[in-house]
Amino acid sequence: MKIIVCIKQVPDTQKVKVDDKTGVLIRDGIDTKMNPFDLYALETAMKIKEQINAEITVITMGPPSAKEVIKEAYALGADSGYLLTDRKFAGADVLATSFTLAQGITAIGGYDLIICGKQTTDGDTAQVGPAIAEHLAIPHVSWVVKIKDVCDKSITFMEDMLDDIAIAKMNYPCLITVDKDVFQPRLPSYRLKQQAETKTINILTLEDLAQKDSEHYGLSGSPTQVEKIFEPTSEHEVERFEQDDKNNAKLLYQKLKELKYVKELS
Amino acid sequence: MSGIVIDHNKCIKCLACIKACPFNALSLENDKIEVNAACRLCKVCIGVCPTQAISLQDVIKKVIDKNLYQGILVYVEHTDGNIHPVTYELIGKALELAKKIDQQVYCLFIGENIKEKANVLLEYGVAKVLVYDHLDLRYFRVDNYANVFESAIKKLMPNTVLVGATTTGRSLAPRVAVRFKTGLTADTTILQMRENTDLVQIRPAFGGNIMAQILTTKTRPQFATVRYKVMDAPQKVTNVTGSIEIGVVNESMLKSKIELLEVKRKEATFEISEAEVIVVAGNGVKDEKGLKLVSELAELLDGVVGMTRPMIEKGTGSYLQQIGLSGRSVKPKLIITCGVSGAIQFVAGMDKSDTIIAINSDPNAPIFKTAHYAVVSDLYEVLPLLIKQIKGEIINEL
Ligand SMILES: Cc1cc2nc3c(=O)[nH]c(=O)nc-3n(C[C@H](O)[C@H](O)[C@H](O)COP(=O)(O)OP(=O)(O)OC[C@H]3O[C@@H](n4cnc5c(N)ncnc54)[C@H](O)[C@@H]3O)c2cc1C
Ligand SMILES: Nc1ncnc2c1ncn2[C@@H]1O[C@H](COP(=O)(O)O)[C@@H](O)[C@H]1O
Repeated sequence: MKIIVCIKQVPDTQKVKVDDKTGVLIRDGIDTKMNPFDLYALETAMKIKEQINAEITVITMGPPSAKEVIKEAYALGADSGYLLTDRKFAGADVLATSFTLAQGITAIGGYDLIICGKQTTDGDTAQVGPAIAEHLAIPHVSWVVKIKDVCDKSITFMEDMLDDIAIAKMNYPCLITVDKDVFQPRLPSYRLKQQAETKTINILTLEDLAQKDSEHYGLSGSPTQVEKIFEPTSEHEVERFEQDDKNNAKLLYQKLKELKYVKELS
Repeated sequence: MSGIVIDHNKCIKCLACIKACPFNALSLENDKIEVNAACRLCKVCIGVCPTQAISLQDVIKKVIDKNLYQGILVYVEHTDGNIHPVTYELIGKALELAKKIDQQVYCLFIGENIKEKANVLLEYGVAKVLVYDHLDLRYFRVDNYANVFESAIKKLMPNTVLVGATTTGRSLAPRVAVRFKTGLTADTTILQMRENTDLVQIRPAFGGNIMAQILTTKTRPQFATVRYKVMDAPQKVTNVTGSIEIGVVNESMLKSKIELLEVKRKEATFEISEAEVIVVAGNGVKDEKGLKLVSELAELLDGVVGMTRPMIEKGTGSYLQQIGLSGRSVKPKLIITCGVSGAIQFVAGMDKSDTIIAINSDPNAPIFKTAHYAVVSDLYEVLPLLIKQIKGEIINEL
């Protein structure tokens, strides 16, 4: 069977700040890595491959430098990899990103199962997976927490449904997004890492896709726009208790009484 | 060309934009700075360019007739007809947004045997509850539910659609939004309505370090999923004026390709977001003794104990107790943090609480910016004294 795993390269830092004066984002360093949640998606594909005959293809949309994330996937055991990259893809929101990925997946050829991570650490929407499925008109299930069974026709799994846990089955073609309880990701293998350096990375641009009208991609294909970014602020008054511990305890006790959390003791 | 455009004649290749770009979307290719597919149009590069070589060229795109879309639709999240509290929070917010543009609030209720329950929603001042009731809609199956949702939107033509950012909501909303080729903002925490009916959608990004303000100006409806426990549920109204409308379920909507084999109720777990009083132990709580003080205070206030992430990582508590971005969002009436520094990822999960009291020995601890009452004290000193007072063991001698 053919498995496609969607992976994304994300900044390897959460420490960003907004410069008060210029309103500009300050990020320390520009290291990147594979979106940690996509490691679980790739691991799921690898576990399936250990059970039945499967071929694993990874796909990513990103800048030319996102080749690195495909190499990372090769070092973990992916068989082939595609990078969707084109200036016309810039500025994509969920709708345009998922459309581009769906077009890319179609261009690669047939597939049985598509696996996505539950969310990215930068976009952080958890929406790209379900949106890809909608573009491809295939069923999907999000938040898969366990794979129960796979065969060459269908997959059976456990899914998180708000107050319930369900066991469900889907025939291929279909898409799942996996939660991080699904499997523990492996570490890259030294041997595969060596091989990854020389393995082909396939590049897809707008030219290679069936829908060539650039209206559907990047900024033009994105109904949402980021109007501005800012640092969260808290504007309210703070009452400070800065006496010795004994008096602070007393003041705090009186405050709790005033707020009616403790009763007056007689 | 639309999007970020670089004027290569003005560019002096100082690389300031490459360094500033949070998305790694700019690079030097063939001695020219180029924008690549990673660009998210955050416009940071425009601000840092010393020679104004970077600009944003907007696309001219058909704008739909916004007047054709009226009202705010709230998706009713439930299990077996038991309405999830996020639904009421969404109704509360929707009523406020609708008032601004003089429109109405509708609910979409999909399930089985739910007609009775729909009446409850009317008590909150909703103008209409659209009910789709069918045996095959008993359980959430995203393809069937998306079909029904699509039909409801075509019928109501709402301006805005709000869905709880729950596991099911975040699976359903993207499918429906794609069908209408419209915008969807995930996991929003602040919503405002503009007079021109554009919804201002604000959500944390980059692990909560910054907020992004997002708009859907050219398409309708505008979809947002909304985080649980950040909005306020409304009061019941005294006279109910809304009505229930039954939607038509066609067999063609019910051809789910997801076969449900078994559905089990999750085991009732401790749910910290339900607590009215929470006492939080942070890294400043260094041992059993400290933890005992925190637990004792929680017990005396009829509350529960929450923790910061490092405490969970050390194995001091269960993941279900973790408050913050990667844990639970909470909005209790009272929260007392003990030995918590107030990192943004923690604060993002609790800053909507009604009353926030912070105890920290460091007078400059960031948590004091979030707190309403800042107690600058050693928790090991102040907590025993406080506990004794509450218990009535010391009264007048202080
Ligand atoms: C992507 C991401 C997600 C994250 N998600 C979360 C999350 O969900 N929840 C979360 O909590 N964190 C989260 N974090 C971690 C977060 O950044 C902080 O590291 C964490 O919140 C700090 O916990 P703390 O306040 O308990 O510890 P510290 O930062 O170590 O603070 C301890 C505080 O205790 C005070 N103190 C020490 N001794 C005493 C004493 N005797 N009396 C009084 N005060 C004392 C100190 O002054 C200090 O301010 C996340 C981080 C990242 C990058
Ligand atoms: N640019 C991208 N390229 C490939 N896969 C992506 C991309 N963006 C998102 N995904 C996939 O969609 C999942 C959810 O991402 P998000 O909706 O951004 O939280 C990720 O875990 C990936 O599997």
